Amino acid sequence: MLDQQDGAAGQFYAQINNGAPFDVFLAADDTTPAKLDQEKATVPGSRFTYAIGTLALWSPTPGYVDAEGKVLERGDFKHLAIANPKTAPYGLAATEVLDKLGLTQATLGKRVEGQNITQAYQFVSTGNAELGFVALSQIYKDGALQKGSAWVVPAELHTPIRQDAVILKKGQDNPAARAFMDYLKGPKAAQVIKSYGYDI
Amino acid sequence: MHAMLRAHLRLARKDFTLAVDLNLPGRGVSALFGQSGSGKTTILRCLAGLEQADAAFIEVDGEVWQDSTRGHFLAPHRRSIGYVFQEASLFAHLDVRANLTFGWRRIARAQRKVDLEHACALLGIAHLLDRRPATLSGGEAQRVGIARALLMNPSVILMDEPFAALDALTRLKMHELVLSLWREHAPAVLLVTHDVDEAIALADRVLVLDKGRIAAEERIDLERPRAPDARFQIIRRRLLGHLGVESVPAHGEGHLVAFPTGEVVL
Amino acid sequence: MPLDASDLGAIWLTVKLASLTTLILLVIGTPIAWWLARTPSWLRGPIGALVALPLVLPPTVIGFYLLIALGPHGWIGQATQALGLGTVVFSFTGLVIGSVVYSLPFVVQPLQNAFSAIGQRPLEVAATLRAGPWDRFVHVVLPLARPGFVTAGILGFAHTVGEFGVVLMIGGNIPNATRVVSVQIFDHVESMAYPQAHWLAGVMLVFSFLVLLVLYAGRRHHGSWS
Repeated sequence: MLDQQDGAAGQFYAQINNGAPFDVFLAADDTTPAKLDQEKATVPGSRFTYAIGTLALWSPTPGYVDAEGKVLERGDFKHLAIANPKTAPYGLAATEVLDKLGLTQATLGKRVEGQNITQAYQFVSTGNAELGFVALSQIYKDGALQKGSAWVVPAELHTPIRQDAVILKKGQDNPAARAFMDYLKGPKAAQVIKSYGYDI
Repeated sequence: MHAMLRAHLRLARKDFTLAVDLNLPGRGVSALFGQSGSGKTTILRCLAGLEQADAAFIEVDGEVWQDSTRGHFLAPHRRSIGYVFQEASLFAHLDVRANLTFGWRRIARAQRKVDLEHACALLGIAHLLDRRPATLSGGEAQRVGIARALLMNPSVILMDEPFAALDALTRLKMHELVLSLWREHAPAVLLVTHDVDEAIALADRVLVLDKGRIAAEERIDLERPRAPDARFQIIRRRLLGHLGVESVPAHGEGHLVAFPTGEVVL
Repeated sequence: MPLDASDLGAIWLTVKLASLTTLILLVIGTPIAWWLARTPSWLRGPIGALVALPLVLPPTVIGFYLLIALGPHGWIGQATQALGLGTVVFSFTGLVIGSVVYSLPFVVQPLQNAFSAIGQRPLEVAATLRAGPWDRFVHVVLPLARPGFVTAGILGFAHTVGEFGVVLMIGGNIPNATRVVSVQIFDHVESMAYPQAHWLAGVMLVFSFLVLLVLYAGRRHHGSWS
């Protein structure tokens, strides 16, 4: 029996440290689980990378974003949405990409930050930002783009967005927790994860 | 008699229809006397423009204030009236001086016949000018209310049971006060009261209101001050008689008053 | 002091937003509150409920619908675009609009209560003393309703300072335009920069308390509460 709670890594970190009753933690980054490891709030050795996130530049308008992301250079848009680089790894990755492309200055005035990758997506999907850096998993399903146009950002342009899972101290005697982690490492899970555009 | 104020008012109420024709002279006190709920206050409010009758014609001093047949209605703030409410209703956020001058400031200089000092002397309120209304007694507040209306130099002063909320002694003092006031200023006054003795003591004519109609009109020709002598009692009996109240003087104390439903000793 | 330029910018932005919002709300809230307090119309119920909605709706719900309404496909967004203003999402103007909606009942309701409490009599008295409608409003209603205005101003200001959910939805976290204190503190917590979070939150706490202290102590002297 699996109970799931969705939220931001930073919030969960604070909650876990204050005794929240979770057994397993699937993060959208690797730094938060690492911190928990350091603070001995986890079962040692249980941490592993369950997915590697892929960044995508997306617009719900078909044909708006070309397959090489040249639309960024043209710069004829009012708002570019990204996740907050201080708190979300996808946001940090987006700023790294802009840096690598030498476009940081040019786009600084047009950047709008969502508190997390979900909000960045919301800004773009409601049309308030013409385009934005989202997680590929948000716009990909069954291996294909759901709608609009996107540039799948090559992994070399930013530090890998590793997403780690770890068993928490509370779940150390819970056989279900261990079983779930084993499943995550297995081939079936890998298929599902890949179909959403993640790497392993 | 030249009528300064002419009014025909018709207003449908729950239990009865108010239908009155008023003709008031330019000077002198007219009392509108009747039981509670007979429509006295409503008449006053309609004259002031605070309420709208179903059908109305009001003309004061040659100026038509209201004519429902032509859809003409002069707003209350444009009518030359002074209104004294039952509970003085002074402005809580102003001191007595500012209360007195509130309306006075808003009338044209040429129209100001009474000045502040004079009004204060007449009503004996000069020592209250810097006080806040909340600190005044009922009698003091009402004196301010009357002075405030007087300062407006209006065509007609409307008084709505102005002494009803005061204790008996204060009420008598107020009677003396307004009598001396009107001796000097003699404006047209329409006084609403449910107290028959007050009506006879103060007014030149009494209009008896019964179930929305003026049942009778009596001139009071007694010289002032009016003591409750035999002639007073005769008028009293007559006025009450118009309302179906029999007042029988008994030997010894009190009056035996016969109501249609029974008898009570007063 | 561990408060850097971006923290100070956030504080200044928040004060600007709260002040402007309160001012706008006092201006538009007064006629709304007056109408609600006096009208015999049946519309009083629905309009009153509409005004009170932001009291019960989660701020994120308000923010989300604003995001859509102010966006390029929404009805306000289309109006602003037609006026050549583009869309106001991600701008200070957008936050002002959001804050006005969010804090509306906090300003209208104290005003409405103050107006109701005055009752009919003072206005009738004023009418018999030659004061016309506007004259009565300025010289009788406003002075008698003053405690209500103070309460409305305090509540509107304080409520906007604390605004978070709405700003989060339509702000975009832009420094000196939409990055208000509440978002700044949230960011510090999210990125685990706790000392900065403590400092900024502490400053806001002290500032708010002092403002309220001054205003509440001042009200005492006027004698009447609303």
